[in-house]
Amino acid sequence: MTTDNYLELSQVAITFPTPKGPFLALQDVNLKIAKGEFISVIGHSGCGKSTVLNIVAGLHQATTGGVILEGKEVTEPGPDRAVVFQNHSLLPWLTAYENVELAVKRVFGKKKSKQEIAQWVEHNLGLVHMEHAMHKRPHEISGGMKQRVGIARALAMEPKVLLMDEPFGALDALTRAHMQDSLMEIQNRLNNTVIMVTHDVDEAVLLSDRIVMMNQGPGATIGEILKIDLPRPRDRVTLAETPEYNHYRAAVLQFLYAKKHASAKPAVKSEAVEETAEPEPGLVSLEEHKKKKFG
Amino acid sequence: MNSQTATIPKAGDLARNWISKWLADSNPVATLKDMSFNLGVPLLALVAFCLLWAGVASKVQTSLGQLPGPTMVWGQAMTLYQEHKAEREKEAAFYERQEQRNAEKLAADPNADVKIRPYTGKPTFIDQIKTSLFTVATGFLLAALIAIPVGIVCGLNSGLYRAFNPLIQIFKPVSPLAWLPIVTMVVSALYVSDDPMFSKSYLNSAITVMLCCVWPTIINTTVGVASVDKDLLNVSRVLRLSWFTNVIKIVIPSAIPMIFTGLRVSLGIGWMVLIAAEMLAQNPGLGKFVWDEFQNGSSDSLARIMAAVFTIGIIGFLLDRIMLGIQRWVSWDKAANLR
Ligand SMILES: Nc1ncnc2c1ncn2[C@@H]1O[C@H](COP(=O)(O)OP(=O)(O)O)[C@@H](O)[C@H]1O
Ligand SMILES: [Mg+2]
Repeated sequence: MTTDNYLELSQVAITFPTPKGPFLALQDVNLKIAKGEFISVIGHSGCGKSTVLNIVAGLHQATTGGVILEGKEVTEPGPDRAVVFQNHSLLPWLTAYENVELAVKRVFGKKKSKQEIAQWVEHNLGLVHMEHAMHKRPHEISGGMKQRVGIARALAMEPKVLLMDEPFGALDALTRAHMQDSLMEIQNRLNNTVIMVTHDVDEAVLLSDRIVMMNQGPGATIGEILKIDLPRPRDRVTLAETPEYNHYRAAVLQFLYAKKHASAKPAVKSEAVEETAEPEPGLVSLEEHKKKKFG
Repeated sequence: MNSQTATIPKAGDLARNWISKWLADSNPVATLKDMSFNLGVPLLALVAFCLLWAGVASKVQTSLGQLPGPTMVWGQAMTLYQEHKAEREKEAAFYERQEQRNAEKLAADPNADVKIRPYTGKPTFIDQIKTSLFTVATGFLLAALIAIPVGIVCGLNSGLYRAFNPLIQIFKPVSPLAWLPIVTMVVSALYVSDDPMFSKSYLNSAITVMLCCVWPTIINTTVGVASVDKDLLNVSRVLRLSWFTNVIKIVIPSAIPMIFTGLRVSLGIGWMVLIAAEMLAQNPGLGKFVWDEFQNGSSDSLARIMAAVFTIGIIGFLLDRIMLGIQRWVSWDKAANLR
């Protein structure tokens, strides 16, 4: 096991069964990630970013190919690959503290004493600056705070890989900038291996060691990988004026923009848009169907 | 901030804070307006209703005399309560007399064989209310005990749901009047004991109530469990929660609001069903009271029946409020507008 081969995706492809027949969402996805690396995955809506992340998480199974973490194949979800979901996914009936505690107890319940668990929960909530609102329920705190608790919950599991699916996508620009700074600060201290899905170019350049840029689906794959050689710690204000930063930024924009035009068959594009509006058409309609039947 | 060391505020401080906050928040004029709206409007409607009722009642002649108006019904309600008090006094006197007699007997002969015979007075209106409440509580609790587990299992397993669904859909609309004969026959056949703990009529009513009120809870629980947020289930998968922990920590809390919606509907149906079952089967309770008064056919009967109707309505309303209170208390979904 070499260090730049900590996490490996090889020849990953996935087909989803849909009412209109099988849908090939991803193919030929190959990626090697080193320990402690921060990877961003960027691409247009519906290209399969979340799907890649879910395959690494084990929530989806690749149809062909597979994911190897520390020499072991990933076959099911587990706490060694903690996920920060886009819409926080905190249990609404538990306080911030209890949400983190649930994860900590599950992962360290046998190894840590009661007191150690409490300390560890509080420590992680402290990392994301949430100690003042630990005992509030999700509906009592703002969107940014919920996302912080979600990150604390994931960090508290001490995962091998931290997976984040557009973690700041639902936040306003100022809160988002604040959260990005927090995340960089935490990353400086903990040096986690991170895969973060984003659609924000600045966020990708600011945070990442490498940016994985994905083509449009169906049958989406990795288009280019951009290495970001900016010194850390990074500061958004000073970076914004440097030519290097703007060069990276332009490179990503060009990829997204150029690709969009290269594959600009209107039929394909509108299909992609439709599918994002209703991410899982099969499941949604099934649930609605059930509701109707019960009602 | 540590949960263990956090001090609990004293009750006195809490009250003081609350009062000062209330004083700061309250605007006397607005409060008065609020109160007149919240209390005044319903009161006005009630007065209007009573006037209309009195007007219509005075024009309707039945074979039992004039249709009673609000004052007559109120009078009869008071009479019913007086009768109850009188009956209780008679009962107390009855036991006192026995005890006195027994004491005299024992004084004359210490080995005398003394007995206390139970009082066998006619059950009063209040007694009938108590019987009805006890019966509906039994039927409702039995129903909840069956419906919640069945609903959870159906919600988790779409195969089982498919198996149960046709049965649920067929039995759901069956009227209590149709269940009652079957229940009566089955209870008579199976519940044979020389010294029964419960009377058969009580069992018949309770089981009929149960049969009619399991369905809403089953259905709502199933929907609640089946529509648990997929992201929360993913959290559970990432944490590798066991099946049991998943159900206890994720599924049931998620479904609690729906479960309680079902329970509220069930209790409402149960109360309606109970009155019908008691009337038809001559089981003790408010339903029997109404039926007896109808058969009795005295000049007071109609007013007494109307008093019973209001009692039934008010109790049904109170039961619903109690359920709503519990629902609000257990519901984590504070955004939901429960009414
Ligand atoms: N469970 C599923 N069933 C069917 N199609 C799916 C499912 N999950 C994702 N897809 C499809 O796969 C494609 C990629 O989805 P996704 O990974 O969510 O995109 P992104 O996260 O990049 O916006 C979309 O076209 C979407 O409709
Ligand atoms: Mg996505």
